[in-house]
Amino acid sequence: MTQESSTRIAIRPGRPATADPALFRVLVEAAAMLFVALFLLVPLVAVFTEALRKGVPVYLAAISDPEARSAIYLTLLTAAIAVPLNVAFGLAASWAIANFEFRGKNTLTTLIDLPVAVSPVISGLVFVLLLGSRTPLGGWLADHGLRIIFAEPGIILATIFVTFPLAARELIPVMQAAGTSEEEAAVMLGANGWQTFFRVTIPKVKLGVLYGMVLCNARAMGEFGAVSVVSGHIRGYTNTMPLYVEILYNDYRFAAAFAIASLLTILALATLALKSWLERRGAIRIPQTQADETERVAA
Amino acid sequence: MTTLKQRSILPGFGLTMGYTLIYLLVIVLVPLSTIFFKTATLPWREFLSIVSSPRTIAAYRLSITAAAGGALINSLFGPALAWSIVRYDFPARRIIDALVDLPLALPTSVAGITLTTIYASNGWIGRWFEPLGIRIAFAPLGIVLALTFVGLPFAVRTVQPVIEDLDPESEEAAATLGASRFQTLMRVIAPAMLPAILTGFALAFARGLGEYGSVVFISGNMPMRTEVVPLLIMSKLEQFDYPGATAIAVVMLSISFLMLLTINLLQRWSSKRLMA
Repeated sequence: MTQESSTRIAIRPGRPATADPALFRVLVEAAAMLFVALFLLVPLVAVFTEALRKGVPVYLAAISDPEARSAIYLTLLTAAIAVPLNVAFGLAASWAIANFEFRGKNTLTTLIDLPVAVSPVISGLVFVLLLGSRTPLGGWLADHGLRIIFAEPGIILATIFVTFPLAARELIPVMQAAGTSEEEAAVMLGANGWQTFFRVTIPKVKLGVLYGMVLCNARAMGEFGAVSVVSGHIRGYTNTMPLYVEILYNDYRFAAAFAIASLLTILALATLALKSWLERRGAIRIPQTQADETERVAA
Repeated sequence: MTTLKQRSILPGFGLTMGYTLIYLLVIVLVPLSTIFFKTATLPWREFLSIVSSPRTIAAYRLSITAAAGGALINSLFGPALAWSIVRYDFPARRIIDALVDLPLALPTSVAGITLTTIYASNGWIGRWFEPLGIRIAFAPLGIVLALTFVGLPFAVRTVQPVIEDLDPESEEAAATLGASRFQTLMRVIAPAMLPAILTGFALAFARGLGEYGSVVFISGNMPMRTEVVPLLIMSKLEQFDYPGATAIAVVMLSISFLMLLTINLLQRWSSKRLMA
């Protein structure tokens, strides 16, 4: 409607008022494509080219090496612990934040976001300062046979720290947008809290949960800086895949380094594909049918 | 309790809030606070001598300029990319849209070795600059490019929703009032995008300041010349100089929190603009 009426009055008839001049468009698109090619496409192609530079057998040998296998195992283990913990936290935090009005809510969400603002190196450092073998707490744990820093527990802890907000920060807006009217109806019909949560809330926000899991998992498997600080670089023992990439590269075993890197790149591409599929399915969009008018005003 | 929280018929506030606070305390707040406690045990004079040593100052200066350089490149190209994705139709638009988040999904060590290989003097791109006497890898320029890579999604993703929400009617109104398209772009659209562009700059800058993985390979880690702050903290740690690492880290952490505050203010301004 508005489109038609404005073209009638427009100075250049036949062209919508929102169309850009051809020269402008060419320049903007050229800048955008140069940017994409230089920073996204060339690195992607380079990873796979370098990985296969010495042929497929070398590639296969690199990714099936025992050290590679132990790095893959530790990466999977770390993600398998960090992701469920942080998704559970995200669900608890978003239930409290989205369904209730309380004082200090903004402060709480800012605190939840803190780890994102912290440099990965500092994220690792705080655990060395807290739990290193020379600290009171770390020393006490070491006396009881539990080594945290320069061992797997440290890697897992640092990973939990850096991925801490990733599920929560996606889930809070999704739950807020989903509103509370269905939950209130369920409770009034006699459902208890857990029934309401599992039968009403989870089905409503399940795509959002999956979205949070995907983002959390990508970072958990890919974290490098924080994990590097707490790992102590013990070969074949405390290496995750991103750390193993560094070790191979520093040993000048470039083809092997890029072979492991290519596995992580495939993981990253799968993450992006899943993420964009979930976005198209409306995982993080506001469900319009659900949020009623009063809640929208309250929000 | 009732004064702190409004009444609701929904159950579970105590449980979820309690769990949220305990988990937050154990995983984030207690570990982060150790860095401040540890700094407090340092004599003031020692703290000052660490954070004002020439090597530390050089690292801070390089981190800030390189992060600002990367954020600036992103603020120029990022909005162009966001505009293209939203307004224009071109092949593989959807794939490129999804690829924008690659720097967030790709482990930083992978980004680091890849960018180093590309920009080394015998690399795909580096070899074209070598004859011109321009060194990219193992020089400050390489650090800027690595930080551009890690900051890219922030510059695009903050601006993109703003462009999507731009009301075509205001552009049409400008046209009917006799504005040329160029005038509309400069006087109507650019001001609407400005808060988001600044937010994107701040986010990319903040991310760049703390970045370690993608920089450690390409920088060459030469003290005074190509050593950024996270690398300096790391090298202090490798020498078991915990007081030194902590002192430098606490300054860094304070800058990061200041950036977080700035970003929150910018985002509030940005969303206010959207509402208006």
